[in-house]
Amino acid sequence: MDISELHAIAERERARRTSIRIHCCTSSGCMASGGVVLHEQLTKAVSAAGRQAEIETVAVGCMGFCGLGPMVVVEPEHLIFERVRPDQAAELVGALAGKPCSIERGDPQHPFFARQLPIVRRNGGQINPERIEEYIAAGGYQALYHAVHDLEPNEVIEELTRSGLRGRGGAGYPTGLKWATVAKSRGERKFVVCNGDEGDPGAFMDRSILESDPHLVLEGMCIAGYAVGASQGYLYVRGEYPLAISRLQKAIGQARRLGILGSQIFDTAFDFKIDIRVGAGAFVCGEETALIASIEGRRGQPRPRPPYPAEQGLWGFPTLINNVETLANIAPIINGGADWYASIGTAQSKGTKVFALTGKVRNTGLIEVPMGISLREIVEDLGGGTPDGVAVKAVQTGGPSGGCIPASLFHTAVSYETLAEVGSIMGSGGMVVMDASTDMVELARFYVDFCMDESCGKCIPCRVGTIQLHRLLSRIRAGEASRAELDDLEQLCNLVRDTSLCGLGQSAPNPVLSTLRYFREEYEALCQPEP
Amino acid sequence: MTTSSPAGTTLQTKTQSSDDNRLKLLEATMKRHQHRPDALIEVLHKAQELYGYLTPELLISVAQRLHLPPSRVYGVATFYHFFSLVPPGEHNCTICLGTACYVKGAAAILGELEQQLGLQAGQTSADGKISLLAARCLGACGIAPAVVLDGQVIGHAIPDELQTRVAELLK
Repeated sequence: MDISELHAIAERERARRTSIRIHCCTSSGCMASGGVVLHEQLTKAVSAAGRQAEIETVAVGCMGFCGLGPMVVVEPEHLIFERVRPDQAAELVGALAGKPCSIERGDPQHPFFARQLPIVRRNGGQINPERIEEYIAAGGYQALYHAVHDLEPNEVIEELTRSGLRGRGGAGYPTGLKWATVAKSRGERKFVVCNGDEGDPGAFMDRSILESDPHLVLEGMCIAGYAVGASQGYLYVRGEYPLAISRLQKAIGQARRLGILGSQIFDTAFDFKIDIRVGAGAFVCGEETALIASIEGRRGQPRPRPPYPAEQGLWGFPTLINNVETLANIAPIINGGADWYASIGTAQSKGTKVFALTGKVRNTGLIEVPMGISLREIVEDLGGGTPDGVAVKAVQTGGPSGGCIPASLFHTAVSYETLAEVGSIMGSGGMVVMDASTDMVELARFYVDFCMDESCGKCIPCRVGTIQLHRLLSRIRAGEASRAELDDLEQLCNLVRDTSLCGLGQSAPNPVLSTLRYFREEYEALCQPEP
Repeated sequence: MTTSSPAGTTLQTKTQSSDDNRLKLLEATMKRHQHRPDALIEVLHKAQELYGYLTPELLISVAQRLHLPPSRVYGVATFYHFFSLVPPGEHNCTICLGTACYVKGAAAILGELEQQLGLQAGQTSADGKISLLAARCLGACGIAPAVVLDGQVIGHAIPDELQTRVAELLK
């Protein structure tokens, strides 16, 4: 397989396409709203109208606007149809011939779409994720070809370092530096692991990327393998994501058949194999050393670092672990160049971030926005405020490891540093909007309950501390606590944060600390009056 | 008696042969992984897919085939939420308790179902008809609150409608 064959596949795919394409979302969100049946009905309606020669229906990946699913977009005119019912299929096809149509229409200029900057979600809603030809026609696998043919591994790492990309799993470690460390580490074998154990409740960015554009992640993993000198990759996916798993399996098979995965990729000496590992429901496995334990078939319990996985990871060999969204950024950076990527975002946080915008907000769904955008723009402009127009109280970012940011701080720009300054974290991208009806003490208790349940039990501060935090919060919630116990709560939070072994325990107090910081009056109102 | 006995025999042979088949399928999965101990989670996934839940006998046979101590297999099977050591109900209803669903009232939905069924989340009714489960996050936050009823995801769930659907399932 060489570049001319890649171009030929793309050419054949473009020639095969009809002039009009009806894109129907069949990702998990829209699937639950009837997307698959709708796709079938649309195909039937096109046949019934006798227009198969000019119109094709395509089951595409996530378009982002999940709250209004199932979504249908007709290209090339980019007509958006929302909440389409299967019985409206014929009406929709009729509308393309100029007949009247009562289906809700979306406005492509709506800020929800217009304010986004899709890089990793560029193909979402554009291609059928189950056909590699569509990915190749959209420019897929050219970055991998370019990397293995024209660049030395250190040049790939250099490009990535210059791009300023940082880990999208939450901590924001510079990706180029991580790759360089693994490349430098000595080992008989090396591994690349894609962390798709998206456990944060309220987050589904990685799910959507894996479901909508699986090849983009595979291509990123291959380039990573080439750069660090690994020949085996593992893609660890949550067991709760069956559609993502089946699409990835299909994608791996297709890439292997074309010689894009396996031995002698693109007729070079580079070999790379990818296997899927299905998670079994443990939040702690998002922590990298726990993830390694889980891939090795053991209980997902973390171990102290150093040594870091970059030096001693899977079976003791140097291992590169990157999040799904990080790996999805690789091919666009190699294609577009480091300078282009570094021109997006802020001084310290480059590029875009995908957020799952949910909760008490009018427009729920997935958004990809440039770093540096303010929380207000996200919540008010893209999200459209609360559904019933009441005031937004706060947004929660970073899930159980993050914090609540009150509306008074919505001028905060989204970047790793600024979100940390206001007591939250970037996290993996969950953004839950809350209005006045959300009880912040109860919310803190909800998160601590989560961490208590998900604590692996290895270290005492986390195992016992989260239980005690939960007990204290329950007492406060029930109105049994005194004000002095608020200080105990804060002290215990600091203790758990400072002494836990891994990120789960270290960040478990964050939701409590941030709500204590900004909504202390809600805690105080529940405390018993001073005698 | 005479008429029912042949039917009974066929049924029994059927279960046995499907039993054998399941064992064969499980063995094939272990073979594909060359009986490597690190394939334990993959093998348990397959075992649960085939049998519905993990019995002690099943865990012991997996331990033997993968050359692992039974304690290790039991430890892994009980560590991960996904594996169940008790039989699932005939029907199952999973309420998502992720943050987005929670903010949109999932706790109330769960509470009402718990009352309706007289079960706590994680329990199966005494007659084995239905299991009530709570999930941490289904990743369907865009259509919160989300509920899964017998494998079908229901978005924007409304408590009353859900209770009616559950009641119909149990008829």
